[in-house]
Amino acid sequence: MSTRLNKEWLSAQTAVSQLSGNLGVFQLADESKRIIFVGYAGGKSRFGLKGEVSEALQRTSGAAFARWEVNTAYMSRYKELLMIHLHDYGQLPEANQPSPGESVPGEIATLGQLRPAG
Amino acid sequence: MNLQLTEEQELVIAMVRRFVREEILPLELALDPDAEELAPEDNARLIEKTKAMGLYGLDIPPEFGGPDIDLVTRTLIAVEMAQHRGGLYVPCYGTFGGAGLAQLFEATEEQKERYLFPTLRGEKKGFFGLSEPSGGSDPARAIQTKAVQDGDDWIINGGKLWISGADKAQYGLVFARTANDKGRDGVTCFIVDTDTPGFSVRRVVHTLRSARYATELSFEDMRVPASNILGQLNKGFAIANDRLTKQRIPYAAGCIGVAIKAQEMALEYVPQRETFGAPLSSRQSIQWMLVDNEIDIKQSLWLTLEAAAKAQRGESFRKEAAMAKLVATEAGGRVVDRCMQMFGGLGVAKDLPFERWFREMRIRRIGEGPSEVQRHVIARELLGSSLR
Ligand SMILES: Cc1cc2nc3c(=O)[nH]c(=O)nc-3n(C[C@H](O)[C@H](O)[C@H](O)COP(=O)(O)OP(=O)(O)OC[C@H]3O[C@@H](n4cnc5c(N)ncnc54)[C@H](O)[C@@H]3O)c2cc1C
Repeated sequence: MSTRLNKEWLSAQTAVSQLSGNLGVFQLADESKRIIFVGYAGGKSRFGLKGEVSEALQRTSGAAFARWEVNTAYMSRYKELLMIHLHDYGQLPEANQPSPGESVPGEIATLGQLRPAG
Repeated sequence: MNLQLTEEQELVIAMVRRFVREEILPLELALDPDAEELAPEDNARLIEKTKAMGLYGLDIPPEFGGPDIDLVTRTLIAVEMAQHRGGLYVPCYGTFGGAGLAQLFEATEEQKERYLFPTLRGEKKGFFGLSEPSGGSDPARAIQTKAVQDGDDWIINGGKLWISGADKAQYGLVFARTANDKGRDGVTCFIVDTDTPGFSVRRVVHTLRSARYATELSFEDMRVPASNILGQLNKGFAIANDRLTKQRIPYAAGCIGVAIKAQEMALEYVPQRETFGAPLSSRQSIQWMLVDNEIDIKQSLWLTLEAAAKAQRGESFRKEAAMAKLVATEAGGRVVDRCMQMFGGLGVAKDLPFERWFREMRIRRIGEGPSEVQRHVIARELLGSSLR
């Protein structure tokens, strides 16, 4: 399995129509296909990837594209994708960065460091 | 062995039980079912509580600032601490602190300053790097990572697989071959800083355990000073073995804690759930599952406490620790599986903790020495020199 999520980007509209309620991870990108958010649909998601991606597309300004991976090990995969982003760009995707004064989720506060192979 | 708990033990257990039920369970309800950490502010608040309870850093020897609590009581506490969804691998989400890598208590003064004390203060984390792609059951023979001396340094090349927490660590213990001996006498333990050039965490290894995942490491011409050898040259395997033996007791205790919680949930559920006009608890097949659970739990608990008591008395406890690890991990799996069955569909849903326990409990029969290796250890202890 490739460590990076290399799937084709789909427009927001196409993505929402194709998504289903599985557990998994996803990325959102802006018009230039720059990753701006990494998220997951976990055990508490009411409508799995469909619900999480749809909501994230609405609340993330500039989000134009989405891609995802169905994965029951969504938590380790989510952290892996964030760590890869940190490695590649030196910072978290902009919509994953906590706003000033906002409480940092535990999984971001304790994120590790990867030097991915491929 | 005295099976009667002392008044002090009863009090401590009650205190930890209350902490799990009143502090951990409500927070856990709001977390993702695979979460492994609390929000930083909750974490900090609860650490203050465990410090006030006098139970922070339970496994730290008193001479290093830990509370002076005997191993039997610590084992009973570990059983309590595991009684929640994340309890198997992240008991109480780490709010009781930890000793880190216990081998560092035997380190040189300089090594203690650089690694042990910052770890005890919560400033550094370490990983334990023994297993390799070539095999984890028999690491003495399987280790292929090689260290070659170059002046005052050693140059390490190779890699490790399955290593938990390496991506979050500032240093780790890396076991490497330093002599031509193909067995246990040619392995040395190095303390490696994770910012050393040539050290990389290549990937996350995704397993059934989505929280506290494992990683794969690679070492390319990694230069480590000789002063970072832990213990003696070519004697690293004894360090690994000692750690694995001691670790079997809390490892077993975690499985017992989860099994106790699963059984408690089943005992509450089956009298309420009706099928075919009668509660599930009235069915003999359900009763027998509960009975088998109870026996599995008690057997595991006594074996584990016996191992802890022998270790506490300073006696050899290799056989007892292996029996405790073997029985508790296998019994824990059976108990969780039976409870899932009694809960039906809910048993496999992410709404309840069974599915996480089921996945994580399966790993317990492999991690820290698989069941077959524990049987091998026990057989060796029984047969002694006739086997060697
Ligand atoms: C999630 C996870 C986290 C881990 N974290 C760490 C860590 O932090 N640090 C670390 O060093 N290691 C870690 N491990 C590695 C773990 O200790 C090894 O997986 C374990 O020791 C088994 O080694 P192996 O996987 O190479 O299996 P192998 O050694 O290849 O064994 C394969 C199977 O053969 C069986 N077997 C072996 N020998 C015999 C025999 N003589 N007779 C009969 N059967 C036998 C074994 O029991 C096993 O079932 C982790 C593993 C997992 C899954």
